[in-house]
Amino acid sequence: MLNKALSWLAGLVCLVVVASDCRGQAAAGGSVLPLIADVAAFDTPNDAGGSITLTWARSRSIPESAIYKAYIAEANEGPYYLASEIAGGANLQSEEPETFGYGDEAQDAHFLHIAEYAGREGVISLQNDKTYYVRLELHSGNISTRNPVLTASAEGNYFNWTKLNNIVLGALLSFLILGFISLARRRDLYIRRIGGLEALDEALGRATEMGKPVLFIHGLRDMSQISTIAAVNILGRVARRTAEYDAALRVVAPDPVVMSVSQETVQASYFEAGRPDAFNPDHVFVAGTEQFSYAAATEGIMVRERPAAHIMMGYFYAESLLLAETGSTTGAIQIAGTDAFTQLPFFVTTCDYTLMGEELYAASAYLSREPKLLGSLKGQDAGKAIIIAAIVLGALLATVDIPFLTQIFTPH
Amino acid sequence: MIFLSRTLPVIVALCFGVLGIGIYYVPHAAAQNIERELALWLRIVFAFSYLLGLYSLLNLHWQRIRQRVEGWGYSAMVYAGFGLMMLFVIYNDGQGPFAPQAEGTAAENGYQWLFEYVQVACSSTMFSILAFFIASAAYRTFRARTPEAALLLVAAIVVMLGRVPIGAYISDYVPAAADWLLNVPNLAAKRGILLGVSLGAIATSLRIIFGIERSYLGGGDE
Repeated sequence: MLNKALSWLAGLVCLVVVASDCRGQAAAGGSVLPLIADVAAFDTPNDAGGSITLTWARSRSIPESAIYKAYIAEANEGPYYLASEIAGGANLQSEEPETFGYGDEAQDAHFLHIAEYAGREGVISLQNDKTYYVRLELHSGNISTRNPVLTASAEGNYFNWTKLNNIVLGALLSFLILGFISLARRRDLYIRRIGGLEALDEALGRATEMGKPVLFIHGLRDMSQISTIAAVNILGRVARRTAEYDAALRVVAPDPVVMSVSQETVQASYFEAGRPDAFNPDHVFVAGTEQFSYAAATEGIMVRERPAAHIMMGYFYAESLLLAETGSTTGAIQIAGTDAFTQLPFFVTTCDYTLMGEELYAASAYLSREPKLLGSLKGQDAGKAIIIAAIVLGALLATVDIPFLTQIFTPH
Repeated sequence: MIFLSRTLPVIVALCFGVLGIGIYYVPHAAAQNIERELALWLRIVFAFSYLLGLYSLLNLHWQRIRQRVEGWGYSAMVYAGFGLMMLFVIYNDGQGPFAPQAEGTAAENGYQWLFEYVQVACSSTMFSILAFFIASAAYRTFRARTPEAALLLVAAIVVMLGRVPIGAYISDYVPAAADWLLNVPNLAAKRGILLGVSLGAIATSLRIIFGIERSYLGGGDE
């Protein structure tokens, strides 16, 4: 009888041990941690490599103090090193919608990116195309549960899918602009009048009549910025007109590369206008490479040489008002164009005409009057119409709790 | 020559434009390496271009000194400042021009002293002038000669009062009204401008990448 009872007891103990080990559960003091369900390990998507991701189902029955620990090894038999640990309620997939989407199911799953781990010889970064063995454990107090070992390898991806909305919208707007350029070849398109650009001829004519130079002032940004490229495009048009009118042109730049490009542009414009002899490379120069040195040097030119017109194009910072206010005291016609919206109020208050934001980019096409270039302006307007429609529709849908359109336009 | 001055730049703009767009969407290490390499090229070009900039600046001021044009004394100051800075850079705390520039505080290093107590001081002076320019520009703009200017004047007064303690002392509504003006109509206008700027940047990029816009190669209308 005693033997039978001992056999039963031993059997029961074995059952408990096997259950806790094989099923990944541990029991102590009557509390049991649930199994970690739906664990998956895979290469982290949309990255340059060097990272793997673990995902698993959320358990709402774990204690608040529970933590997940991810261990990693280079061989199945180990040694396993702690790669990361997070609180039991942290890292829900809904926190990273660009990877896991906006669906409700993202609220019910966790994720963890592993890019490095503390090995025996210090922090080790994950290598691409190498198989790693990962194990996830759930700990609470002195009890724990673990999932079976999984394998995954990191690799570099060839497309960042989180930017899919960006490329689709960019492509849509690009096709729209190219479509209008194509349309402009076949028929005349109406382009609204831009006062600041209409005034350019007036300013250049005035400078010619007064026998005074036109001062073209670049913004502070370097040649890799689109606003500087737009300013150089405008300079090309202005230089051609000054060459035709035989007016003197001075160009100040804050950057040697901008100066070199401007010199080439002005020279080519003078050549095309049939006045290569009138081009003087010394009239396109670097006035200073520091913000306020540049402003001081340019203000000095404004006050001493008294140009008839100041044309300020590009991206300006705090020097905008220093330049424009000094310029306004000299009595010159001032035309400014910038996409720096923080500086627009200063230009609007001190200049005769201001090209605001997109008008800076439209200027070159507008001045050329060439159908192909004007078509791109029409394309811009059509793009704006689409965006305005999307904003209105998105606001209405978001109001009735349909965030679909908002999510499409969310940048990642 | 037409090929070198016209066609080749357009081909280069097309290739590097498409490459630049592509790299933005490709996270692979190969693409990122190309981006790093291009950034390196840019830095090398920029370093050499500084020689051009230096020549341009010194030549401009030399011409002014030579021709004794009005204010030529300022040009002489450019040479004096440049020479003095150059002297300390070459001296380099006794290590000579070929050693890495010595680091140290303004008290230990002549170059740092000139930078901190001359250049930074001059820049700060220029920046401080801005306050007076803002006042004079505001005075001209905020004269209530038209309904729009009157509206601007009222909005400016509310925002200015809302940003200083006396605004809250007058009424709790003043800072709230200032915040509303900044966060609603002002922000809406800013975002509208930003949308236009983004579309303008896309259109300009496309025109340059596809060779439709060539004015940066000269004023041609082709």
